[in-house]
Amino acid sequence: MSIDTINNDFLDLFKQGKSLLDDKSSKFMNTKREEAFEQFKKLGVPTLANENYKYTNLVPVFDHPYTVDLQYRTVMGDLNKLFYCDVPELDTNLVLLSNGWYYNQNRKLDIPEGVIVCSLQEAAEKHSEIFEKHYGKYAKPNEEGLVALNTALAKDGIFIYVPKNVVVEKPIQVINLLRSDRDLMATQRNLVVVEENAQVKLIFCDHTLTEHKYLSNTVSEINVAKNAIFDLYTIQNQHLNAAILNSVFIRQEANSNVLSNILSLYGGIIRNNHYTIFDGEHCENNTYGMYLMDRNQHVDNFTFADHAKPNCVSNEHFKGVMGDEATAAFTGKIHVRRDAQKTEAYQRNNNLLLSNDAVINTKPQLVIDADDVKCSHGATVGQMDDDALFYLRARGIHEEEARMMLMFAFAHEIIEKIRIDALKDRIDELVEKRLRGKISKCSTCAIACHQ
Amino acid sequence: MAKEEQDKILDEVTQSDYKYGFSSDIDTDSIAKGLNEDVIRLISSKKNEPEFMLEFRLNAYRHWLTLKMPEWAHLDIPPIDYQEIIFYAAPVQKAKLESMDDVDPEIRATFDKLGIPLDEQKLLSNVAVDVVMDSSSVKTTFKEVLAEKGIIFCSFSDAVQDHPDLIQKYMGSVVSYRDNFFAALNSAVFSDGSFVYIPKGVRCPMELSTYFRINAENTGQFERTLIVCEDESYVSYLEGCTAPMRDENQLHAAIVEIIVKDNSEVKYSTVQNWYPGNKEGLGGIYNFVTKRGICEGVNSKLMWAQVETGSAVTWKYPSSILKGDGSSSEFYSVAVTNHHQQADTGTKMIHIGNNTKSTIISKGISAGKSNNSYRGLVKVVKNCEGARNFSQCDSLLLGDKCGAHTYPYLEVHNKSAKVEHEATTSKIGEDQIFYCNQRGISTEDAIGLIVNGYAKEVINKMPMEFAVEAQKLLAISLEGSVG
Repeated sequence: MSIDTINNDFLDLFKQGKSLLDDKSSKFMNTKREEAFEQFKKLGVPTLANENYKYTNLVPVFDHPYTVDLQYRTVMGDLNKLFYCDVPELDTNLVLLSNGWYYNQNRKLDIPEGVIVCSLQEAAEKHSEIFEKHYGKYAKPNEEGLVALNTALAKDGIFIYVPKNVVVEKPIQVINLLRSDRDLMATQRNLVVVEENAQVKLIFCDHTLTEHKYLSNTVSEINVAKNAIFDLYTIQNQHLNAAILNSVFIRQEANSNVLSNILSLYGGIIRNNHYTIFDGEHCENNTYGMYLMDRNQHVDNFTFADHAKPNCVSNEHFKGVMGDEATAAFTGKIHVRRDAQKTEAYQRNNNLLLSNDAVINTKPQLVIDADDVKCSHGATVGQMDDDALFYLRARGIHEEEARMMLMFAFAHEIIEKIRIDALKDRIDELVEKRLRGKISKCSTCAIACHQ
Repeated sequence: MAKEEQDKILDEVTQSDYKYGFSSDIDTDSIAKGLNEDVIRLISSKKNEPEFMLEFRLNAYRHWLTLKMPEWAHLDIPPIDYQEIIFYAAPVQKAKLESMDDVDPEIRATFDKLGIPLDEQKLLSNVAVDVVMDSSSVKTTFKEVLAEKGIIFCSFSDAVQDHPDLIQKYMGSVVSYRDNFFAALNSAVFSDGSFVYIPKGVRCPMELSTYFRINAENTGQFERTLIVCEDESYVSYLEGCTAPMRDENQLHAAIVEIIVKDNSEVKYSTVQNWYPGNKEGLGGIYNFVTKRGICEGVNSKLMWAQVETGSAVTWKYPSSILKGDGSSSEFYSVAVTNHHQQADTGTKMIHIGNNTKSTIISKGISAGKSNNSYRGLVKVVKNCEGARNFSQCDSLLLGDKCGAHTYPYLEVHNKSAKVEHEATTSKIGEDQIFYCNQRGISTEDAIGLIVNGYAKEVINKMPMEFAVEAQKLLAISLEGSVG
């Protein structure tokens, strides 16, 4: 199928399913939907001709007769019983999504008063004031075809609101379960609003529960107000038939502090679009990423730090290990706008290639229009340090084990940035398993997603 | 230091004039403006070219018609009307130059003013020069001395007449006319250029140099350089360019092809000082150049060194294809932009042969309202074992209205490759200035010192004569700037 056929199919779907799409969605969402549809008409699904997608061909990803659910469809079985992330030491507020739809569960969340965790649909109706202030304000449907498509098709997702001065101690863990009886394209739209002086930690996990082919197109909009502290952990662990397209748009106000950590452990095709805009002075942002790819997996991290205001600090570090026929791409863009003086922006990308069939394409970019700045970027591609290997071998460590230790140490630099101790330990465990070629799931997990 | 004072010094420095902006009154043989197949046939017949040349030109032209002007560069270029350009202009001269006295005195005066020695007798520096004015080669010096060693150094037109076999064999072998928009345009209409052939085992005893000068109005300059180095040979080649000050933009689209065989070495240095336009960004040369060399033989070496200070728009990516095992390439660049100048420049290193090495050192300096971009590609193909690359791209910003951008691409398909890239962007530190001030060095001198030190790594790689000129150029445009 050509790209035109794919785009036209979406246009037809939108026209024909219009009434289903509008049903149960707020008027505001539907207006945005209309606008986004017009944008998508112009943009379409990004192709290789789009410089930002130079290394990820989305045509074969979209070229499949997926089912698109325009209305919530009940999946067999009760997810609450079927899925339990039984990690006593990882004490989180667990929220389930099913194929991008908020899943009504019987768990009671341990969150302070005033904090809202609900479905996007519900938020659009019940909390329309907050919703309309933020929805569709940070994502860029006019620039990014995937965002336009998401906004045009979005019906549900998660909505999180943390009011002023409230600190949510217990992290909120959002688990999106892809589970279907047929090949499925899921559209998920999230909105997170962290008000002044508030603090919250958010963990996004994706899981595939059945063997079907999945395409997930997720957009998350996050606004972090003055003095707020926000942590976002994205853990991607799907089967090989899943394509995850994940776009995150973060807007930071003055003095806010954001940590974002993207951990891609497994998955057929992963594309992360990570946008941060500094819309106030003295913000700090740390974005980290780790990708461990083998077989014929593909991961593409695209990050964009937009320094619109002076005196902000951004720090970015992505590391990857590629084996077998895995391919990876990294694009890091730092834009310092004309008046954003005293900006400090750093960026690093390190890669280990384990096989001659593995490919890494990296593209760190600096676009700088202000003079009083400190900016740097670095990228490396290489293998394990022979001296380090020799050191370990000289101490009687088997070569394979020594390599494992070095790889683990390589990845650990990213893991240690996690600010939730229990999660850090859990990821350490998952990564070690992953590197040893074992199934990377928690020992206590009941789901057999990799079989 | 007070902000006003900084601005004042910055102004003084960045306002210094372009000293090569005069134009000479020389009779020019030019054709009507515009571009079509007849124009190409006319150029070809004027140059009395063999059939294969005309065919090459026409193929290129037909291909060019199918192409669109590339838009990916970080450049803001108004549309160019190719029908308003004169594609061929040559100074009128006598049939054949026998001695120095036959050269038009005006032309000699022009090059005297530019400091280019046409006169071999009075020559102090040991450099053979080929001079290209507008579209054609005016004079090549030291031709005979070189010929004794079997070295061919002549204008491209002469080479087409005297060595058609070599031209036919190598022309377009590195940069095909299908390569890009400007390569196709150049292949269709190029009028002259230089040709260098170094036979096996010969070490060229002197530096070879081409001096390009645009003089006539409304013309475009399209030249081609072809350098072929046989086994175990060496040559160092220099290129310099200037143009008069004019209010309209003039187009320059050149091609450079270099072929380096077993154990040979080529050094290619450029000081590009085309007229950059005035302070308001009016006029100036559009410089679109495709330069590429292939290290075909084992252990061959190719070095690019460039100082880019001129042109309103620079679009230039000298590249190396490292095909022979153990071949290596180095790229050293200083690009200075000021006022409304725009530069998008960098390199490509394509690693194909085993154990190939490349080094990229790029220093960008932006002032005024200019934009300066580094864009580069390092590619290691799948079967290339043991490739090594190191890239460093630094940008220095002088003033808060200019921009410095870096777009490196690293594509690695082999696990044994080691590829490193690093880039920094900064302004001159106040502590550095303070340190110099304390030791009695004025702010202006201190900046000159710092900028020179910053660019030293690149300038050191250039042949002596060029290094001096490059350093002077830097001093003119940058001394005294404070960020």
